[in-house]
Amino acid sequence: MRRAALALALGALLAAAAPASAAGPDGRALFRGSCASCHGLDGRGVPGSGPSLQRAGAQAADFYLRTGRMPLANPSDPPVRTPPLFTDAQITALTAYVASLGAGPPIPPVDLVHADLSAGRRAFTDHCAGCHQVLARGGIVTGAIAPPLQQATPTEVAQAVRIGPYLMPRFTRRQIDDRTLADIAAYVQWTKHPDDRGGWSIGNIGPIPEGLVAWFIGLLALLVVIRLIGERSPR
Amino acid sequence: MSVWRVIVAAVLLVLRGGRRGPKPEEPVDPRERRVPINSRAQLLVAALLALGGLAGLGFSVLYLLEPGNETQWLGLALGVALALIAAALIVAGKAVVPQEIAVEERSQLVHEHDEAIVPQMVAAGGEGVTRRRLIAGAAGVAGIGVGAALVTPAASLGPNVSQRIDDTPWRRGVRVVDERGRAILADDVAFGTFVTGFPEGASLRDLAAPIVIVRLLPSTIHLPAGRPLAQWAPEGLLAYSKICTHAGCAIALYRYPSFRATQPRPALVCPCHYSTFDPARGADVIFGPAGRPLPQLPLAIDPATRELRANGGYSGSIGPAWLNVDRGGA
Repeated sequence: MRRAALALALGALLAAAAPASAAGPDGRALFRGSCASCHGLDGRGVPGSGPSLQRAGAQAADFYLRTGRMPLANPSDPPVRTPPLFTDAQITALTAYVASLGAGPPIPPVDLVHADLSAGRRAFTDHCAGCHQVLARGGIVTGAIAPPLQQATPTEVAQAVRIGPYLMPRFTRRQIDDRTLADIAAYVQWTKHPDDRGGWSIGNIGPIPEGLVAWFIGLLALLVVIRLIGERSPR
Repeated sequence: MSVWRVIVAAVLLVLRGGRRGPKPEEPVDPRERRVPINSRAQLLVAALLALGGLAGLGFSVLYLLEPGNETQWLGLALGVALALIAAALIVAGKAVVPQEIAVEERSQLVHEHDEAIVPQMVAAGGEGVTRRRLIAGAAGVAGIGVGAALVTPAASLGPNVSQRIDDTPWRRGVRVVDERGRAILADDVAFGTFVTGFPEGASLRDLAAPIVIVRLLPSTIHLPAGRPLAQWAPEGLLAYSKICTHAGCAIALYRYPSFRATQPRPALVCPCHYSTFDPARGADVIFGPAGRPLPQLPLAIDPATRELRANGGYSGSIGPAWLNVDRGGA
């Protein structure tokens, strides 16, 4: 009982403290607290632990923070998708701060309204499916995992294509123009609920499980055929 | 109580009823089966075998007419061929080939009786011969069809066997274009991107045509001896054959670290068996089954237009490994 009261009092205190930074979270302070150990106090990077963020721009900051890939506990860990550490307001503040460090690309707008799903599928097959698999279920590259993309928002897809996070190559506007990028983002959204024309999707992870299932069905069918054409001897 | 009795009675009735079924007077041994001469069954077997053979030949025809395309049709043709032959065997086993247990009696020393009936036996045996030959002929067709289907894919083994193995469309001065024929400029290949290029005017389907172009920091590039950077990697631009030296898949994967210090180095990776090549070291194999590096194509940048051009031919034989390819030199 006493503990609950204490927690309540603490909560009230925190609530009272929050409006102190009434204009919203301070991006610079957040950066110094959570990012500076690897990226340096002024975002110029720390040799051996983190790159400079002066050219990263809002695009990269927003992508890495919203997908929970940053901050990393250990600079040599591969950044993987986790629940974001910061609140929306904090991410906005941090993104604005990183964007203010230098001339980096802004968060790309993605126009899904005019996107062409089939063009997106073609472009995705050409540029992305080698690693992420045709239905974006993810895959491997030597030394790294290409993540499944079902959790990615259209903006995150567009950001990742332009940034090339971690070991992913990046794609310039000459390779994938903004319109095709929107098509790709729309296609990735579609892969969340693909219409499985063939019937049973088997996880949508490609020909190996499909082949295994076919083998098992085929083997059972063969056993039935053998039973039908065979005869039992009385002895 | 009474419900239980009804249930038990019903169960007993069912059990006993099963036992009380009409007893076969004499167990029929299915191995002793008289098969009456059934010309329709024989014709059916012959027809199934012949159709199976035709389906097998269909596989060969489809394969040679449309190389590399329509694998569903190929699978269907081969599957139908095998299924028809299986059906023929089933019909033959059930309705054509008699089954009997034959016991050879000890023969008499003198064969007076046999001598008398042998001509009759020969004559009687001849009656079935035409059908037997028909079925044997159909079996021959089936064997040829399926055999041809199994042999045909050998046509795809390796490059066309001729003196053209080392003949590629790349020459000094050939422009590098993308799949739509637009020239690729040096500045189109940014750090961390990988671009697929083709020789201008050549067939996109030629195994020797496609190259991957990447850009690395010149200070990180260590090419084998005899490949000076200025002639082979101007401004850090490196081009390699896109065809994996292991099994001939397209090198479709590229990993490029966003921060060199904590992440693996750049690598070109084949999606088929994960052969991994180090573009900074002449595409040396750093992982996977490939036996030799990807052949490198020397590049030059047109000083006026900044277009990429080939600065010579490949450093080695392109394409998948085949017999007698030197494992060492690329």
